Amino acid sequence: MEQLLYIRHLNVDFVLREKTLRAVRDVSLTINKGERLGIVGESGAGKSVLGFSIINLISKPGKITGGEVMFDGEDISKYSYDEMRKIRGNKISIIFQDPMMTLNPVLTIGTQMKETILAHMDVSAKEAEAICLEKLKKVYIPSPEKRLKQYPHEFSGGMRQRIIIAISLLTDPSLIIADEPTTALDVTIQAEIMDLLLELCETDNMGLILITHDLAVVSEVTQRIAVLYAGRVVEIGPTEQIIGNPQHPYTQGLLKALPEMADGENRLNQIPGMMPSLFNMPDGCPFEPRCKEKKEHCTQTVPGLIELENGAQVACFAREGGK
Amino acid sequence: MEKLLEIKDVDKHFDISGSFLDQLRLKGGRISRQKTVVKAVNNVTLDVMAGETLAIVGESGCGKSTLARTVMGLYKPNKGEIFYRGNRIDNLSSKNMLPYRTKMQMVFQDPYASLNPRMMAREILEEPVKFHNPTLSRGEIKDRVAEVMLQVGVDPKWASNYPHEFSGGQRQRISIARALVLDPEFIAADEPIAALDVSIQAQILNLLMDAQDKRGLTYLFISHDLSVVEHIATRVAVMYLGCVCELATTKELFSNPQHPYTQALLSAIPRVGGKRGGHTRLTGDVPTPINLPTGCVFHGRCQHANERCTQEIPAQRALESGTVVACHAVEEKRI
Ligand SMILES: Nc1ncnc2c1ncn2[C@@H]1O[C@H](COP(=O)(O)OP(=O)(O)O)[C@@H](O)[C@H]1O
Ligand SMILES: Nc1ncnc2c1ncn2[C@@H]1O[C@H](COP(=O)(O)OP(=O)(O)O)[C@@H](O)[C@H]1O
Ligand code: SF4
Ligand code: SF4
Ligand SMILES: [Mg+2]
Ligand SMILES: [Mg+2]
Repeated sequence: MEQLLYIRHLNVDFVLREKTLRAVRDVSLTINKGERLGIVGESGAGKSVLGFSIINLISKPGKITGGEVMFDGEDISKYSYDEMRKIRGNKISIIFQDPMMTLNPVLTIGTQMKETILAHMDVSAKEAEAICLEKLKKVYIPSPEKRLKQYPHEFSGGMRQRIIIAISLLTDPSLIIADEPTTALDVTIQAEIMDLLLELCETDNMGLILITHDLAVVSEVTQRIAVLYAGRVVEIGPTEQIIGNPQHPYTQGLLKALPEMADGENRLNQIPGMMPSLFNMPDGCPFEPRCKEKKEHCTQTVPGLIELENGAQVACFAREGGK
Repeated sequence: MEKLLEIKDVDKHFDISGSFLDQLRLKGGRISRQKTVVKAVNNVTLDVMAGETLAIVGESGCGKSTLARTVMGLYKPNKGEIFYRGNRIDNLSSKNMLPYRTKMQMVFQDPYASLNPRMMAREILEEPVKFHNPTLSRGEIKDRVAEVMLQVGVDPKWASNYPHEFSGGQRQRISIARALVLDPEFIAADEPIAALDVSIQAQILNLLMDAQDKRGLTYLFISHDLSVVEHIATRVAVMYLGCVCELATTKELFSNPQHPYTQALLSAIPRVGGKRGGHTRLTGDVPTPINLPTGCVFHGRCQHANERCTQEIPAQRALESGTVVACHAVEEKRI
């Protein structure tokens, strides 16, 4: 399979007045052409920062302090703002949880879509309009001609997210990064949007990085999953392995905590405590304070990812020696 | 089983027309006055049995919170009656409502917004005890608060901390403690875990279930997360546009949903290890409760809708299984 993007030993820091917040630590992952990768973790785990750092969009005072992001054979983590702008919205599109982060409330949908096209492509206004209509049809917006003349507030939440997807498709990207794209939507609308994203990825062989806290959603949509905990990838592998045969104590605990995994038991499995503050990380394994399987050296050394036989990689000393 | 709470034919509408001037409209050269009314809850009838967990599910804006607040006496219903252990409570004066204010408690989704940021955890918990039990000594109050803090898993040594010094999960524990400290019989929990991460959700759900076991509590549990509801509820009421379209035991609802909306809702839930596809997809958007559709509120999105559905409001009917459903097609045995 052909690699689309790979990240090696990526570190992202937020340098605040007194301390440094280590939001992303030593993250390495690969996504192949047309592949769908899920990034899951609880809030504050660093999912959004990781997603944004791929396209060099981290807000200040955040900074990539190490590692590389290779896209189409080039290290884009070192790109200038202008070079990055070309990639962003051209070959890589991003979809946020809140559509209003992308949409301008005072411009019609048509104006905004055409602006995007004209910024990236050398086409006439007429051709731009045709592209807009084509993409709106692709995301199943009824009467697209009429809709082009409307403002964002005239659309429902689900429709707005469809418009965002249409915008993200304008430049025929090879990778879409979607950060909690359906978290604010109701379950019936969420299902429609996920079906749509899946269909688009499959028909256009588009790569997808789906960032979410929702294990059920990633399990239905992605082929591989990376589990993020306190800024680190603690487990990554094929979706059916991560969901059906998780190896990291955190992933195992997380899945068992889901009500649908309770198996008739009344009490849910709970992971004691909570994720450590990124200001105040344990010296060793970030999961150590909550881990039932911890060993002595877990408090001193950070475990690296090791390959498992099931095709997954896990960062845990208790799994060393192969399993 | 004894009925703890009876909700009978309750409507709750909000008039959002604004001032007299805001209501004026120019129509065909004439000025007329127009009212804008949000029909948040419409003709809802439900019983809550002592000791059960009755879940209310439905998409945002369907009236779940409004119903809970109306039950709690925070809103007066526009129509209908609410009974607590057989006594009518919806028309009571604040003074006569007072005894029910200890028996009935509420927990909200956002513990940060519902806790006074300027009060220490201890004060937040002591205040209601003092108010409702003026004769208790300071020592007795302190003991009671410490006991509840332990029960919800907040170390009493954090009693002097302010809400912002706690994590989201800890704050929700404190708001549950605030509800428990008055030793209630009934708690309306409005999306109590929606803002929390999975590993913390499990902690809070366990806490709620433990408290129920220990104290024989009755819950009205509002959630949009159906897998949580499936786990925790005894019975489930499904709401759509302010109306209850189906009421069933949890087992019946999830294994044998009757109402077309319930069916669509269930098939939309993502499942861990599930595959996409094969879902009954709803098209169209939820209409606003300002202009309620005529007939069945769901007819605009229902694939089984016919002429009758657009005109006549379906009545709630009990099936042999005990499920109560409001749908013409079910009644006519079309589906
Ligand atoms: N602009 C910022 N300034 C300071 N800290 C930030 C900023 N953006 C994110 N962070 C911190 O980085 C960490 C990871 O955040 P984020 O990636 O948003 O988490 P997630 O998306 O997994 O919920 C959090 O601790 C967050 O507080
Ligand atoms: N105080 C209020 N004033 C006006 N409209 C309200 C008020 N509270 C709720 N509504 C409206 O009533 C409907 C039902 O709201 P709500 O009960 O909060 O739904 P849910 O909790 O199911 O999301 C919504 O359309 C909402 O906008
Ligand atoms: S490395 Fe040690 S502390 Fe960390 S998850 Fe594995 S066993 Fe637990
Ligand atoms: S009453 Fe008619 S429109 Fe309403 S749910 Fe039943 S079939 Fe559908
Ligand atoms: Mg995020
Ligand atoms: Mg609500």
